[in-house]
Amino acid sequence: MATNLKALPVMSIFDTFLNWKVFIQTLPLLLSGLTTTLTLGVTAIVLGFIGGLVLALLRLYASSPLRQIAVAYIDVFRSIPILVLLVVIYYALPFVGLRLSSFGAAASALSLVSAAYSAEIFRAGIEAVPRGQFEAARAIGLSPWRRMSDVVLPQALRIVIPPITSNSINVMKDTALASVVAMPDLLKQATQAQALAANPTPLISAAIIYILILMPLVRLVGVFEKRLAVRGR
Amino acid sequence: MTRPIIEMRNVVKSFGLFKALQGIDLRVKEGEIVVIIGPSGSGKSTLIRCINQLEEHNGGEIIVDGAEVGRGRKSTVLTEVGMVFQSFNLFPHMTVLRNVALGPVRVRGLSWAAAEERAQRLLARVGLEDHVVKYPAQLSGGQQQRVGIARALAMEPKVLLFDEPTSALDPEMVGEVLDVMQQLAKTGVTMVVVTHEMGFARKVADRVVFMDGGRIVEEGRPDEIFNAPRDPRLRSFLQAVLSH
Repeated sequence: MATNLKALPVMSIFDTFLNWKVFIQTLPLLLSGLTTTLTLGVTAIVLGFIGGLVLALLRLYASSPLRQIAVAYIDVFRSIPILVLLVVIYYALPFVGLRLSSFGAAASALSLVSAAYSAEIFRAGIEAVPRGQFEAARAIGLSPWRRMSDVVLPQALRIVIPPITSNSINVMKDTALASVVAMPDLLKQATQAQALAANPTPLISAAIIYILILMPLVRLVGVFEKRLAVRGR
Repeated sequence: MTRPIIEMRNVVKSFGLFKALQGIDLRVKEGEIVVIIGPSGSGKSTLIRCINQLEEHNGGEIIVDGAEVGRGRKSTVLTEVGMVFQSFNLFPHMTVLRNVALGPVRVRGLSWAAAEERAQRLLARVGLEDHVVKYPAQLSGGQQQRVGIARALAMEPKVLLFDEPTSALDPEMVGEVLDVMQQLAKTGVTMVVVTHEMGFARKVADRVVFMDGGRIVEEGRPDEIFNAPRDPRLRSFLQAVLSH
């Protein structure tokens, strides 16, 4: 046994995990993956934000059937694992004639789930606006829509900046799940490159790229939270 | 004979099992200053909050400027009713000027320029011309409440409701707000004021209404109410608030 091991070419840990040559060779592939990841993440974050706001307003103010639909949607999409949803959208929906590209499937799955989480965040934000603000807006005669857009939402949005940023970070991380539906995102490209180069350096590079992109956002949440705490709200 | 701008007939309001208003009859004439006094929990605030439908009444009728309000009715007449709150409720994310100009722009359809000019004028009237670009949090309580009054006035309402406008203020700021209200009373605007400031009631009111247990127990001119109270509950209330 010992002789067998000795027979293998000896590679240092640097050659294995942080191989410069492999890194340079595979970097273009990784960067194209990063572009896809960012496009997918931003798309899902924006759609999730809009969907979440609409859902929160429906849940709080719509009349009976619509409100119940919103509640059911939020509960279901907060319960389902994103990976399961993604596989269902990509592999099951074609049987009913709905064939989405891997980007379309991934963007749908991430947005649908993010909207459900954002809805609960927005609801909490709206409910945190003092009652007197609603009353004052009503007392000067503003329409329900104006009460929201001029008075309540500007205050609620300020309150939800930290949790919405947190949620956005989660969405960005969950984009890696898209690699299972053959989306050429950062993770998928890294595994591809790893296979081609027969070396795990691209995976380590991808991990570092994820951290470099997301850590500033994580820090930002901390800054927002501190600033909000200082204002005493 | 001036017509009533507010007419309440047998108005009932309950919160669950608690009956906050148990049959209120009240008429307020145009230009009249009515001050409502009474112990806490007597229904004073609920009464004026029913007038502009921040609380919806469960029974009876409320007619404002000739139109019945509430009970499912969508009424535009409520834009003729302004309100000043105990806790000011200024919009914290807007400057003082915006706070006052918002209603006229969104509800009356004024341009921002015209509304801000009106706001400027009203803020000068309450002595705040130097504070227009500040945010509410940068003002003292008394100043905030004067902004609250200017904001209500900016809608040029036919009726102004005051819900304990000085109760949240430090004692040294009560005077500046009462002064503004007293000035206002002279301009002929109709005012319904819930307050614990007996001095203001005595000096400014045309009529004082005493409430207890969700009912109007006694009403009359200030001198009648304060110098010759008839109901024993009013007597003990006045004794309690005026004895020190």
